[in-house]
Amino acid sequence: MKALLAQAAAFLKGDPQADRIVPPSGFTARLTILSAAAMAFLAVFALALSLSMGRLAADWAGELEGTATLRLPDAEAAETALALLQATPGIAQARLIPPEEQQALLAPWFGPDLPLDDLPLPTLIEITEDGADLAGLRARLAGELPEAILDTHDAWRGPLVAAADRLRLLGWICLTLIAGVTVAIITLAVRTSLAANNQVIGVLRLVGARDVTIARAFVRRFTLRALLGAASGTVLGCTAILLLPAGDAVLPGLGFRGAGWLLPLLIPILAALAAFAATRAAALSVLKEMT
Amino acid sequence: MIELENIAYSYGGRALFHDVSLTLGPGSFHILTGASGTGKTTLLRLCYGDLTPTGGTVRLFGRDLAGMERDRLALSRRRIGVVHQEARFLDHLPLRDNVALPLAMADRLGGEEEAQLGDLLAWVGLTGQIDQRPPELSGGERQRAALARAVIMSPEIVLADEPTGNIDWEMSERLLQLLIELNRSGKAVLIATHDLALIRQAKSAVDARVLRLKDGQLEMAGAAL
Repeated sequence: MKALLAQAAAFLKGDPQADRIVPPSGFTARLTILSAAAMAFLAVFALALSLSMGRLAADWAGELEGTATLRLPDAEAAETALALLQATPGIAQARLIPPEEQQALLAPWFGPDLPLDDLPLPTLIEITEDGADLAGLRARLAGELPEAILDTHDAWRGPLVAAADRLRLLGWICLTLIAGVTVAIITLAVRTSLAANNQVIGVLRLVGARDVTIARAFVRRFTLRALLGAASGTVLGCTAILLLPAGDAVLPGLGFRGAGWLLPLLIPILAALAAFAATRAAALSVLKEMT
Repeated sequence: MIELENIAYSYGGRALFHDVSLTLGPGSFHILTGASGTGKTTLLRLCYGDLTPTGGTVRLFGRDLAGMERDRLALSRRRIGVVHQEARFLDHLPLRDNVALPLAMADRLGGEEEAQLGDLLAWVGLTGQIDQRPPELSGGERQRAALARAVIMSPEIVLADEPTGNIDWEMSERLLQLLIELNRSGKAVLIATHDLALIRQAKSAVDARVLRLKDGQLEMAGAAL
């Protein structure tokens, strides 16, 4: 570890001789910095999307897990249903939802002016279970209260959680694609730079420069450019995330929470590591082709 | 030190030469001549592994060039000083850094050789141009700078391709004297040139072996010149 840190420090400090042998080139420098900045900006959003969807899936799954609703055709059946539920092992709580609470739940959907008192609302019992045999409960309800409907929320909760999981996966796919495109752009820039410096490379070889020495001059330069660009893009991306409107309980906003804000810091570091590997591989490959 | 054994080289389907053998041993002085297009520069580039022959064997310091690792080839090149007709430099660096470039590439900056950089530049008469960049130098100054760069690592062999091609006679004479001095200090020298005056002057000063490339073959030409 110590040796690795020493190597990283030496890399950041640079080798003045290796750095000087290649003339600065504006086009590839700008291309690398701008593309790294743009990709880091997008990566911040992809990361935020992935994390937010992960949280959303967990919230939806967690909040409704262990709950169910029993729908009854009329209020007379409530007493029988409550008795049955209380006698069922694993049912932690069974609560009759009063009509005014039902109306409060419906008001956001129908507006305040609709006379909800006139609507034929079913009788609802909110169930909190803790390891109850729901299949057995359903069978008993079918025998004693055939018109009662037990809703465990699986019908709509499952697809929502699956959708959130897919969005999270989409975020990771976006991150992978962004990393791939970044590597491709940097490789292209390195190849362009090497081709533009063909004469310089010829001179260096004439005086006995090893490929690794020539490559080093390009690697450090492109790595630092990628680091600079990605750091700028990350700062801009995080600023843009901060400026997004806050979400609500149902659809939380895109962003990071708590220690999650530290994760974007990895983006410039990973971009620099990717640039290092891509530049080294491209430079050594091109130098081999130049034989 | 450099051995070419039954070398053949074809380019674009055309056989430039074949069955060419040449040995550059310590303290030898060779002059390679021939008409333009006969392959003098190609033969020179084969000598330092810049080109790979299509037939035969090239040995650099006893090792076969075929299959030689790239790092080893780079290390071998540090033992060979090369001066081209079109002396190429890193135009963004001053003359001092260009001449010291072989030392930088060998991680030998700050050593004895660098301390001798001033003497070397004085030897080739470029003390006053030390901070100038290559594009600011004249043709003769560039050639002398290329010679200084070629010898700063104290190479065992100096290869010069038309070293006097772009410079006046006075400067040519001076450059030849520098090459003769190097040869007298034990280094092998190979000059590719079609400058008859230069060849005659070299022959009069050192025991030079003159070779001519003609019809794809290398032949002795000393008696005719």
